Amino acid sequence: MKRVYVNEKWCLGCHLCEYYCAFAGTNEKDMARALKDIKINPKIKIEEKDGVSFAVSCRHCREPLCVKGCITGALTISDGVITIDRDKCVSCYTCILSCPFGAVSPSDDGAVQKCELCVKTTAGTPACVKGCPNGAIVFEERG
Amino acid sequence: MKYVIIGNSAAAIGAVEGIRQVDKQGEIVILTNEPHHTYARPLISYLLLGKATEEKMRYRPADFYTDTNCTLLTETTVTGVNSEEKHVILSDGKAIPYDKLLVATGSSAFVPPFEGLDTVKDKYTFMSLADAHKLNKALDEHKRVLIIGAGLIGLKCAEGILDRVSHITVLDLAPRILSSILDEEGAALVQDHLESKGVEFILSRGAKCFEKDTAILENGERIGFDILVLAVGVRPNTSLLKDIAEIDKGIVINAKSETTAADIYAAGDCTQSLDISSGQSRIMALLPNAYMQGECAGINMAGGASSVGGEMTFDKAIPMNAIGFFGLHIITAGNYIGEVYTKRGNNQYKRLFYSNNKLNGYILIGDVGKAGIYTSLIRERTPLNTIDFALICEKPGLMAFTKEDRQIKLGGEAK
Amino acid sequence: MAVNFLYPDYEVTRNYDKCIACRACERQCANEVHEYLADANKMVCDDAKCVNCHRCVSLCPTRALKIVKSGNTYKENTNWSGKTINELYRQAGSGGVLLSSMGNPENYPVYFDKILLNASQVTNPSIDPLREPMETRVFLGAKPQYIKRDGDGRIKNNLPPQLSLSMPVMFSAMSYGSISYNAHESLARAAEALGILYNTGEGGLHEDFYRYGGNTVVQVASGRFGVHQEYLNSGAAIEIKMGQGAKPGIGGHLPGTKIVGDISRTRMIPEGSDAISPAPHHDIYSIEDLRQLVYSLKEVTDYKKPVIVKIAAVHNVAAIASGIARSGADIIAIDGFRGGTGAAPTRIRDHVGIPIELALAGVDRRLREEGIRDHVSIVVGGSIRSSADIVKAVALGADCVYIASAALLALGCHLCRSCHAGKCNWGIATQVPELVKRLNPEIGYKRLVNLLTAWQHEIKEMMGGMGINSIESLRGNRLMLRGVGLNEKELEILGIKHAGE
Repeated sequence: MKRVYVNEKWCLGCHLCEYYCAFAGTNEKDMARALKDIKINPKIKIEEKDGVSFAVSCRHCREPLCVKGCITGALTISDGVITIDRDKCVSCYTCILSCPFGAVSPSDDGAVQKCELCVKTTAGTPACVKGCPNGAIVFEERG
Repeated sequence: MKYVIIGNSAAAIGAVEGIRQVDKQGEIVILTNEPHHTYARPLISYLLLGKATEEKMRYRPADFYTDTNCTLLTETTVTGVNSEEKHVILSDGKAIPYDKLLVATGSSAFVPPFEGLDTVKDKYTFMSLADAHKLNKALDEHKRVLIIGAGLIGLKCAEGILDRVSHITVLDLAPRILSSILDEEGAALVQDHLESKGVEFILSRGAKCFEKDTAILENGERIGFDILVLAVGVRPNTSLLKDIAEIDKGIVINAKSETTAADIYAAGDCTQSLDISSGQSRIMALLPNAYMQGECAGINMAGGASSVGGEMTFDKAIPMNAIGFFGLHIITAGNYIGEVYTKRGNNQYKRLFYSNNKLNGYILIGDVGKAGIYTSLIRERTPLNTIDFALICEKPGLMAFTKEDRQIKLGGEAK
Repeated sequence: MAVNFLYPDYEVTRNYDKCIACRACERQCANEVHEYLADANKMVCDDAKCVNCHRCVSLCPTRALKIVKSGNTYKENTNWSGKTINELYRQAGSGGVLLSSMGNPENYPVYFDKILLNASQVTNPSIDPLREPMETRVFLGAKPQYIKRDGDGRIKNNLPPQLSLSMPVMFSAMSYGSISYNAHESLARAAEALGILYNTGEGGLHEDFYRYGGNTVVQVASGRFGVHQEYLNSGAAIEIKMGQGAKPGIGGHLPGTKIVGDISRTRMIPEGSDAISPAPHHDIYSIEDLRQLVYSLKEVTDYKKPVIVKIAAVHNVAAIASGIARSGADIIAIDGFRGGTGAAPTRIRDHVGIPIELALAGVDRRLREEGIRDHVSIVVGGSIRSSADIVKAVALGADCVYIASAALLALGCHLCRSCHAGKCNWGIATQVPELVKRLNPEIGYKRLVNLLTAWQHEIKEMMGGMGINSIESLRGNRLMLRGVGLNEKELEILGIKHAGE
């Protein structure tokens, strides 16, 4: 199964992946309109310090601790992709407690959110991969 | 192969999913004394809040049992286990044979033998969906509610009903609320928040006896109420394995979810296992642990996971909690022993506990983002000198790990 | 400074309706032009620092930015242009020599743009490159003058070492130090993928690139940086740099601040010391001295590698080339006055040297007249901008062209001409690690391969149009060229007829 991988060697810390992720999540056509005057809350997040930067997003683990801990069954794994049923989520944050990568975070309306490989967005293929200007983010199968 | 599972909550479902990873054919029978499809008990307060309907509370999709090819027998009470002849005995006398048995009976509310408790008309515990329904019917905007127990269950109940009653008083013997998971300062923060919402707390005092609609405390104080909720604590349901397997505080299980009796496994709130963050054996009643113990039991009952080349072990259990009240979130894990790192401010109270180069536990109140990174340090027993510990205390993140570690974690490289 | 003599040439224009304050422009500008004001939730810019490199424009996700001329105007004056006035102000302020990067931007004639190509019709049919085989492969090196036979009458192989290129293009010299490690990696990998060569320039060869040796020309410049036996043997050819089109007559200078780490090691000079390449090679003061160096290099490399001698196009380039052709060199590379540079004094870059078209025509004619044209191959550079330029250059007599500015453009350069500042926002002309990161060789080399593949295709189309199916038939084929808007003298020097003749 293809996953999103970030190569910290090429990550420039430009944060464009975050903006393309946020834009994809709005399902709108025009980026300026979608993100104007909005504080974004993307599902891929940059960590940066002293010239090192990289983006972190859900690893779609084969043994997902978030799915095993979810008290409502809102987090499920299907064909390797872990998705969130936002209607079922009660914002208990057990998944945030469990994720060893810090990839799950509260969304703006309380339910949790994480990268779902753009399966639900109009982008089709992960927006962060397309938007990275330096080829630091790839979408491929590894091991 | 015939698998019998007593229980229908997280541990039981974990076991079903575990078994079906290995054995798609074997017969699975689930026995539960409740009438419902599987649901997660932590959700019952959300039902009262109006955040979850019974349908939404289903822990698995409606056709789960048919999809996994299980037989669910509801409203069935198991009264005994015959470990020599390998069958369980039901309340109607019937016997159900098993090849492998899982006891996932969970726990029940502990009702202390208060004097005069029988005179109280409207008294409830807060464990099951049935309890929630009963309580729901009794609620009314004129009623005053007294909740005995300022723990996780008692406070979740308070959150659920606050807007539907006239007043809530929470009474606890301990000097602070949520004493099982929070320290003094953290508890005070949460108490302030709840008090600002209108909940009244009476702490360091205990009830002595009841007189119909009044509780009389040890110091003579009298508290009037219309509805009484008992959330003092829970006791694991271990009686079925008495004299069959080792029982201490709970049914003792090893890392493979095996009890000391052959072919009998146990998982969930009724069990006791090794807490790797403290080295002690204890009950860790938490849904993620219940699920993982159940999954582990299921895989081992079915002969072991081919993907892991044999038996499955779940040897990373630690106490963990994720809970929120009126928008204030709390996440805690592990044990609070060792040196302490404290950070206050910026909408967050954080305490990290560490000793012998390992993280033992943490408390996070408010901004709980990326708490899982701390949890994984505890579960993996990561030596703190292999990461930038000062940085990770300040801000949880993968930046604190070395580049090589990140290549494994994020790059999908093999270790 | 109390009096601002120099108003910024360029303004950054931001369309605030489109700007989403993502701060990518701020994060990616090495000159700190953009800034995010948190309290106003607004991006602002300081135009004075902008070098017009377009990094921000290219990355802006909503295309909210563009760079325009600031439009601050001097009174119109053909003699004292605004540019001339500003340069004078800078010198009055600093007292220093003006430095510039990349090629001559002044308004001198571009002869390539005044030459037109032929196409076949009716009597001599054109060839369809999609249906007929087209040969763009060239072999560079001295060609033998006679056929020698052995005792049995079989032909003896007396062919001197040749370079085989899939198309008549090579990447010209750009030193490691003037451009980044990642830029070199992109060039090396592209050369390998395309079957052509790239050039180390005078900075030596980094140990990581020895694996591309078969596609490398190693350069020996006047400073002899990084020159040792293994270096000489690692490449496919050796180039002696006598001059460079952008700065004929002077040497090179890489400031000590850039001589750190890998650069210092590869050049074999101590960290922090200035890397000064002297104007002449101090051991070459005559053509005989050059011959001595050529043969020293051949001895060291066992006569297995062709030696290239690179010269700048100056007034008597034909006589110089004639001398070089007799010195034992296998290939002569001529660099015209439009050639690029990392840093050169502005006046030298803009006023010294002659156009490559004229130099090439002159050299080709002279060598043919003296009967020694086949002693060498000729490679020309100095602003080859397209496949049309290549075809015209070959028709004027070149065996191959050198490209450098074009290659950098493919890698992302926007010709802002600020290389000498060392803060190239595209990761090309810089050694600052966080800027060098911006050029991912995985992306860079593919763009170079794309460019040259496209050019190769276009060359085939143009050749096919002329009825030629092999590049050999195009070389020196002046009948395929016609001048337009050229005077008699220019036509005579180029050796071509005027359009209509």
